[in-house]
Amino acid sequence: MRNSKMDITQEEYAEAGPEKEQKTQAADRPPKAGRTSSIIHQTAVRKQRRRRFIQKAIFSVFRLSAVINALALFIIIYFMVKNGIGAISWEFLSEAPRDSMTKGGILPCIVGTILLGVGAILVAMPIGVASAIYLNEYARPGKVLRTIRLGINNLAGVPSVVFGLFGLAFFVIYLDMGVSILAGALTLGAMSLPVVIGSTEEAFKAVPDTYREASLGLGATKWQTIYRVVLPTALPGVLTGGILGLSRAAGETAPIMFTAAVFFTPDLPESIFSEIMALPYHIYVLATAGTEIEATRPLQYGTALVLITLVLGMNLIAIIWRARLRKRLKG
Amino acid sequence: MSDSKSNGVKMTSKHLDFYYGNFQALHDVSLEFKKQQVTALIGPSGCGKSTYLRCLNRMNDLIPIARVEGKIMLEDEDIYDPSLDVVMLRRRVGMVFQKPNPFPKSVYENVAYGLRVNGIRDKGLIEQRVTESIQRAALWDEVKDRLQESALGLSGGQQQRLCIARALAVEPEVVLMDEPASALDPIATQKIEDLIHELKKEYTIIIVTHSMQQAARVSDITAFFYIGKLIEVGDTDTLFTRPRLKQTEDYITGRFG
Ligand SMILES: Nc1ncnc2c1ncn2[C@@H]1O[C@H](COP(=O)(O)OP(=O)(O)OP(=O)(O)O)[C@@H](O)[C@H]1O
Ligand SMILES: [Mg+2]
Repeated sequence: MRNSKMDITQEEYAEAGPEKEQKTQAADRPPKAGRTSSIIHQTAVRKQRRRRFIQKAIFSVFRLSAVINALALFIIIYFMVKNGIGAISWEFLSEAPRDSMTKGGILPCIVGTILLGVGAILVAMPIGVASAIYLNEYARPGKVLRTIRLGINNLAGVPSVVFGLFGLAFFVIYLDMGVSILAGALTLGAMSLPVVIGSTEEAFKAVPDTYREASLGLGATKWQTIYRVVLPTALPGVLTGGILGLSRAAGETAPIMFTAAVFFTPDLPESIFSEIMALPYHIYVLATAGTEIEATRPLQYGTALVLITLVLGMNLIAIIWRARLRKRLKG
Repeated sequence: MSDSKSNGVKMTSKHLDFYYGNFQALHDVSLEFKKQQVTALIGPSGCGKSTYLRCLNRMNDLIPIARVEGKIMLEDEDIYDPSLDVVMLRRRVGMVFQKPNPFPKSVYENVAYGLRVNGIRDKGLIEQRVTESIQRAALWDEVKDRLQESALGLSGGQQQRLCIARALAVEPEVVLMDEPASALDPIATQKIEDLIHELKKEYTIIIVTHSMQQAARVSDITAFFYIGKLIEVGDTDTLFTRPRLKQTEDYITGRFG
């Protein structure tokens, strides 16, 4: 019985030929008359057609979201380039502002933003990675861990201006750092901490337990296991955390306007206790508080263009670095 | 205790119960492992062989819900004694896992890893040990030109032999093997079995296997587990030809056909 049925199917297959068979399976058209004998087959084809339709619809929605995302970025960049490219020149990039900031360049702002970004990472990475190691590898599940996590999650939701005020009250005034790179970097670091912790933890979770077992099984201590196996394996992911933290820090205005950045200081910083200019704050100042807001529009867009290029450039470098690390791991 | 050394007993478990939370995975297992002997643990899937093996180097400590009752002795030491250094224990009782799990590092670094974490710095010594260990694991010819390449690029069988080499490099006293040949072709399996014969001269070996033939070929003693209980243990030849219990016989003959 079973045999004979199989024979029929095979004959049919031979008769229809592999190409036709494939087309039928694609369910774009009704099954051939010879096949209608099987109810199961009919139902399957109908079901498949439905599934295909739903699948297509859902994919279209996903694709649309992705396209909208890319489009938004593209529009922003296009707008900035269109309005700002005219202001870009070697002078613009290499000189300090002059004539009440209506002329000249933005070098102090570029330097300031880079220093703040690097400073924020230097603050957030060690603390963030250490926290993630503790939370993910050492801490026992329980009340304490839950409380700490709650704290971190809430930290991520605190508005940046609150961080700015905190930085002013704590670093600038209470710890007497003054308005300085140090105070700004600490404030930005504190703000990007949740991002760094979150992505580092994700990266650690993605390291298979079998690596940990293998390492411990060879007589490695827990710390050796983390330091020599888990951390290197997770490094690309940890790096992503760094990138995200950095991009967020570099573009923020509110946390630095009370802690690190000043309206105008033409000199490059001398130490970490110097006050500085920064790109986002400079844009803010030119666009809202300058003497000639309209006349400096090109400068504002030019500055914004530089800021965006800087952030995207840093991201790109980090992404390339990460890809190379991944490749080295996978071999 | 004192005579345990003289009659060559390396490890003993005494009335071992093991729990995953409320689920008891091992019931009252008492076994002895002698030096220069290979003991095979056999039994149907899920009967607790891996669980038992992982008790012997306290790998189950990593599972938060795991709980052990009873005793396991390594020579004269209780390995679950709170004062015992578990890192030290795992240096002495090495393990090869069911699935190959090389680190995402180079072939060379995989084998050198155990030496490095144990504080060996001498480059010449490390290189010599790495070479030796890979040779012993019957892998040398296949990897000698790609020692600096990632171990993840090796085939499954090669990875497993690399894991064996890695375990051997730190010269453990006892080697636990959890189905080391399950991912290997017959030739590589043959190599592993030869290796086990070779290692037997110096080490105590405990191997989990699903293959009756393999158990018969490599082991001196065979222990049959069934749903968390040790059913029968004895001389491999005797156990396979004249099992005392019907359960054992059913399992063995079922597999032999
Ligand atoms: N981490 C765990 N948590 C809870 N239960 C577990 C865990 N690991 C294993 N078990 C259970 O313990 C029992 C024994 O499992 P174990 O892995 O020791 O079996 P095994 O004999 O090695 O099987 P196999 O031959 O398939 O590898 C099984 O019922 C399994 O479901
Ligand atoms: Mg198992």
